[in-house]
Amino acid sequence: MATSTPESTHKQSQWQNVVTDWSADRQVFDMPWGKFMMWVFLLSDTFIFSIFLVGYMSVRLTTTAEWPNASEVFALTIAGQHLPLILIAIMTFVLISSSGTMVLAVNYAYQGNREKACQFMLLTAILGASFVGMQVFEWTKLITEEGVRPWSNSMGAAQFGACFFMITGFHGVHVSAGVILLLLYSNKLRRGDYENKGYSIVEIVGLYWHFVDLVWVFIFALFYLW
Amino acid sequence: MVNATATQHSIGIYLKVWGLLFVLSTMSYLVDFYQIQGYWRWSLILIFMFIKAGLIISVFMHLKWERLSVKLMLLVPPIAIIVLISLMVFEADYIALSR
Repeated sequence: MATSTPESTHKQSQWQNVVTDWSADRQVFDMPWGKFMMWVFLLSDTFIFSIFLVGYMSVRLTTTAEWPNASEVFALTIAGQHLPLILIAIMTFVLISSSGTMVLAVNYAYQGNREKACQFMLLTAILGASFVGMQVFEWTKLITEEGVRPWSNSMGAAQFGACFFMITGFHGVHVSAGVILLLLYSNKLRRGDYENKGYSIVEIVGLYWHFVDLVWVFIFALFYLW
Repeated sequence: MVNATATQHSIGIYLKVWGLLFVLSTMSYLVDFYQIQGYWRWSLILIFMFIKAGLIISVFMHLKWERLSVKLMLLVPPIAIIVLISLMVFEADYIALSR
């Protein structure tokens, strides 16, 4: 296991590292403060999304009405072909791709390749924006054509709308915020604001972006596929 | 330097994980496409979900290369979520019975 801090070079076990980290006369988490704060924020955000998903689980377990079949609700007919859940699948692939480009941006940033890092951050932002665009399309279709409301819908359990709008809405807000962050910081990076501080900002934005992708993995499995 | 590790592994591992995430997503989509039902559906969906989440956290978010103190900070508190989920399952079961 490759760790960078000097004391790990003389073969300490991972648990001895923990003791060293907490008992040494210095800060425990040896990383830029911004990165540490991002981790703490993501941990708290994990709890927020978990509470939404647990609420959805409780509602779904207790409702006596039939839960709408997501596979059919989110089906689209493309070129005469009836494809179940296709839009959600495309959105999933777009978001995974954006995570891939983000990881490359972080890698280029640590190689000191400012230009490439900026380009990949912009590419990530474009993919993220198209994800939000598809979500807007999905919401519009559901609200105007299917008549889904937070309190009722024609397909089954009334709680479906509330769960759907809360969970995917909250996630969509996170993606939108991520796109703004990416645009903001790729511009600052391009301008040369980080020449003296180092490029760890790219990794910090990257952590947020991967977290958004991570949350989507759970939403995709628990809300759309279940 | 603190983040020296980030440069130490090549792009190859990222591309592999990226590809793997595509494959896993395709497979979870196929679970729905072929309308697999019952225990197979739930277990497949959950297995794919946890593998994908694990890959994203460990490789894309670099947690694999962080020190154990960082891993503990991030992985111990979510145990509370597991407790909440179990409590709510029992509670929901009882509510569903009373309806």
